Amino acid sequence: MRITQGCFSFLPDLTDDQILTQVQYCLEQGWAVNLEYTDDPHPRNTYWEMWGLPMFDLKDAKGVLIELTKCRELHGDKYIRLSGFDSSHGCESIRISFIVNRPANEDGFRLERVEGRGRQQHYATRSYSLDRPEGTRYA
Amino acid sequence: MTDQPTPAKVNLAEEFDRSGVGPVLKQLDDELIGLTPVKQRIREIAALLLVDRVRQKFGLSAEAPTLHMSFTGNPGTGKTTVASRMSEILHKLGYVRRGHLVSVTRDDLVGQYIGHTAPKTKEILKKAMGGVLFIDEAYYLYKAENERDYGQEAIEILLQVMENNRDDLVVILAGYADKMDKFFQSNPGFRSRVAHHIDFPDYKDAELLAIAEGMLTKLHYKLSPEARRALSEYIPIRRGQSHFANARSMRNAIDRARLRQANRCFEARQEIDLDALVTIEAEDIRRSRVFAQAG
Ligand SMILES: Nc1ncnc2c1ncn2[C@@H]1O[C@H](COP(=O)(O)OP(=O)(O)OP(=O)(O)O)[C@@H](O)[C@H]1O
Ligand SMILES: [Mg+2]
Repeated sequence: MRITQGCFSFLPDLTDDQILTQVQYCLEQGWAVNLEYTDDPHPRNTYWEMWGLPMFDLKDAKGVLIELTKCRELHGDKYIRLSGFDSSHGCESIRISFIVNRPANEDGFRLERVEGRGRQQHYATRSYSLDRPEGTRYA
Repeated sequence: MTDQPTPAKVNLAEEFDRSGVGPVLKQLDDELIGLTPVKQRIREIAALLLVDRVRQKFGLSAEAPTLHMSFTGNPGTGKTTVASRMSEILHKLGYVRRGHLVSVTRDDLVGQYIGHTAPKTKEILKKAMGGVLFIDEAYYLYKAENERDYGQEAIEILLQVMENNRDDLVVILAGYADKMDKFFQSNPGFRSRVAHHIDFPDYKDAELLAIAEGMLTKLHYKLSPEARRALSEYIPIRRGQSHFANARSMRNAIDRARLRQANRCFEARQEIDLDALVTIEAEDIRRSRVFAQAG
C-alpha cells in the first residue's frame, strides 16, 4: 500500500530534478530545509529521525541533494521526507513537507480489533512492518 | 538542452550584451585602479565562457572548463575584492547558478578534534554550492610539520568536491605568492585542479595615490593640493616601512587622516563651512607617525 502523506503524494514520486526545483523554491523563501527518515510510517508518528541539523543559509539546492543522496545511501530502505521550515514571525512552522524516498515494498497497514471494557470494540491501524524489529522492517 | 534549430551565425557582441556581464566588467575596470594583468585575465576568462556558450548553440560538445583559480599577491592588493566580483561575473556568464561568495579561512574548515573537520568542511561546501568558495591563506590548511593535522582531511574533501562538483562551484585559493608556491608543491592534487593562476602585482605609487583619492571621494572628502603632495610623499616612505599592505595601508592612512582632520576642526572652536568639513589638509597627513619615523 502506497503511503500518501505531505505534498505531492498522489503524484508519481518526484525525480531528483523536480526535488531540486522544490528545494530551490524553499531556499528562495528563506525556509530551512530538513531531512528526516523512519521505518514506522504510521500517520500518527510525527517524530521521524533527523538526518543532521536543518540546513540554514544555503543558496543553492544542490547542497540539500548532496545530503539526500547520503541519507539514501544509509536509509534507502526507509521513508525519507523533506520539509521546509519557515521561521518568520507569525508562521514559525513547517510550510512544506513531502516524501523523497520510500521502501521498495510498502506492505501497508492492518486493522486490529481490540476489546475494551464491556466488550466495547476499539480499532487500531498497525503497520505490518512493525512486526519486525527496527532496522529490518523493510530490508 | 532545448531543441532550438542550430543558428547559422551568432553575433558575439549581442551575446555579450545579453549576458549582462559588460556592466560588471566595466565596474571592475572603473572601481579598481591598476591591476591591468588581473583585469586582462578576467576578460579572457569571460571571453572563453562566452565563446563556450555560443559553441553550445552550434551543438558542439562543451564540457564546462575548469575554473578553479588561485590568487597570489601581497597583502592589500585586492584579492578578496576581485574574488567577490568574480562570483558575479561567473554568474552573469551562466557558469555558476547563484553567484554568491563564501569566504573562509582555515578556521572555518578545520575542526578541533577527531570527526569535527569533515562535517565542518561539508557544511561550508553546501553553503558554497552554486557560487564561489574563496579560501583565504589556503596554505594554512596544510601543515607540513604535522602529518596528523586535521587540515589534511579538509584538503581531501575539497579535492574531491573540486573534481566531482565542477559545475556546482568554483574554488578560489588565495594567499601570498611564496607560501602558495610551497603549498602547491606539496599538494599536487590542488595544483592539477587549479586552472588559472592569477598574480596580483604590488601597486605603483601613483596607483596608490589614485586609490586613496578614490576612497576619499566615496567618503565625501577631498585632498587640498598641498595635502595631495603630502600624500604622494607619504606613499614611498610608508612602502619602505614594515607591515606595508598596499591599498589597505591607504585605507588606514585615510582613516587616521580623517581623525586628525576632525580633531583639527574641533580644536579650532569656530564656525566652519562645508568646504572645511570635506577637505583634508596637508597637516592632517604630515602629522602622521610615518613621517616622524622616516626622520
Ligand atoms: N585596485 C584597487 N582600487 C581601489 N581599491 C582597492 C584596490 N585594491 C584594493 N582596494 C581596497 O583595498 C582594501 C584591501 O583589499 P583586499 O581586501 O581585496 O586585499 P587582499 O589582497 O585580499 O589582502 P589580504 O591578502 O591582506 O587579505 C579593500 O578595502 C579594497 O577596497
Ligand atoms: Mg583578503
